[in-house]
Amino acid sequence: MLELRHLQYSVTENAETNDIIKDVSLTVPDGQLLVLTGPNGGGKTTLAKLIMGLLTPTAGQILWNGADVTALDLTQRARLGISYGFQQPPRFKGIKVGDLLSIASGKKLLRRTEACALLTQVGLCAADYIDRDVDTSLSGGEVKRIEIATILARESGLMILDEPEAGIDLWSFNKLTETFSALHAKRDATMIIISHQERIIALADEIAVVDHGVITRRGAAAEVYPAIVSGAYNTACPARQ
Amino acid sequence: MNEALNSIDTALLEQIADMKGGQAPGAVNIRKDSGCASRITTDDVDIRSKTDKPGIDIFIRAGARKAVCHIPVIITRSGLTETVYNDFYIGEGAECTIIAGCGIHNCGEDESRHDGVHTFHIEKGARVTYVEKHYGEGDGGGKKNMNPQTVAYLAEGAFLKMDTSQIKGIDSTKRDTRIVCGPGAETVVTERLQTHGEQVAESNMEIVLDGDGARGRVISRSVAQERSRQVFYPKMTGNAKCFGHVQCDSIIMDDARISSIPAIVANSTEAELIHEAAIGKIAGDQLLKLQTLGLTREEAEERILKGFLA
Repeated sequence: MLELRHLQYSVTENAETNDIIKDVSLTVPDGQLLVLTGPNGGGKTTLAKLIMGLLTPTAGQILWNGADVTALDLTQRARLGISYGFQQPPRFKGIKVGDLLSIASGKKLLRRTEACALLTQVGLCAADYIDRDVDTSLSGGEVKRIEIATILARESGLMILDEPEAGIDLWSFNKLTETFSALHAKRDATMIIISHQERIIALADEIAVVDHGVITRRGAAAEVYPAIVSGAYNTACPARQ
Repeated sequence: MNEALNSIDTALLEQIADMKGGQAPGAVNIRKDSGCASRITTDDVDIRSKTDKPGIDIFIRAGARKAVCHIPVIITRSGLTETVYNDFYIGEGAECTIIAGCGIHNCGEDESRHDGVHTFHIEKGARVTYVEKHYGEGDGGGKKNMNPQTVAYLAEGAFLKMDTSQIKGIDSTKRDTRIVCGPGAETVVTERLQTHGEQVAESNMEIVLDGDGARGRVISRSVAQERSRQVFYPKMTGNAKCFGHVQCDSIIMDDARISSIPAIVANSTEAELIHEAAIGKIAGDQLLKLQTLGLTREEAEERILKGFLA
């Protein structure tokens, strides 16, 4: 189980403090799929990065499976089974797709059939990709799908995915939603997905709306999503008000 | 096991030429401390000692298929300095792989130095893969220096793939490479270099695309750590309807310094030449990504450098 207790994150620049995450408390039970949604700049990615350890909270606590991981670094959290798929994954000169999947799996040499199975789950043909460098020769959508394959390779207890659908074509997106759905059906992992996509939201047990650094609404997808679409939770433009 | 070789020698040979116990398939010439420790010739590869100066002549038979030749040099005597001239004559249509390389083990206080001058004459349609690794070791204060010079002439339709790497331990190197490609000839040069401590490395390279349809590609990857210094001068000259591409990428760390000065020179309106050069530290997001996969920061750094120089 993941538990966030009064989590805060502020940035001070030129003597001005900006509260990005104001006070977030949240519990995500084992095996749940929670979708974080909300307006751009609302704090979703920051919240996800705080959980992974890519950012350090200003205040509050993060507990994973009952243990306080707030003071643990990125590597320690990864080794405890927390994984994170970047919104814009980095590229590497000289690291092949197969190498990256091996590193992610924690195995010295991932078998070709295992790597193939992972790539198939994200809609890529292993034969075309396994020996290619994860560099600028790959399109944004290809890198993004490889990124998701690295998360699948980790077989971690907590998977955080930041806009997995971004840059992915419609055909691959269908495959991806199938993969998320199958993963969720097994209930082996807790999943937090940042998304605005209706079909990903439809997979969620719950949705949390993150806006201005707080969770403004949380509830069952069937209940919260219609309200978002109808505009009940849209951030109003001050000028319009 | 070759009796002229001890365990230090065989370890060096494994490092620079992937030779186990000093053995390798195909033709072999091992130069140890300015003498010949082993020579094996084959039907396709003949090796003869020069009579006017130190070095060997290597002849690859015209039309040879998959000929292999290992010609490593090792220096284990502190204070030994030498200039060696090796000439390669690759017959028409031959296909061969030549594994060179130099390893220095210096436990003394005097400079050990090997300056290898290699000249390739590659006949029509021949295809050559040339691999050269440089490596130094030993705890003494004596410097381990190497200054290789490589010149290659490619006749019509010939192909030369040249892979050079300086693995570690070389205090000072000045590398000169010049490759001239005739009509339809092609060369692909990959240079990998890693320096640390106070090491200094300089690489001057010129690819001359001299005939219509000639193609040249230079890929240079380097990592400079601690207080080491590197200077690169890759130059691609197009004298005909040709295509040339120079790509230099360097990772700079600690207090190192790198100069990368690529040049492209067109002497024909039909020459198409491109250069790209980049120097930068390891990208922060690369380190973070590998850390999210469970590596420590140090492991992530090591993995990125290993891949970059692979």
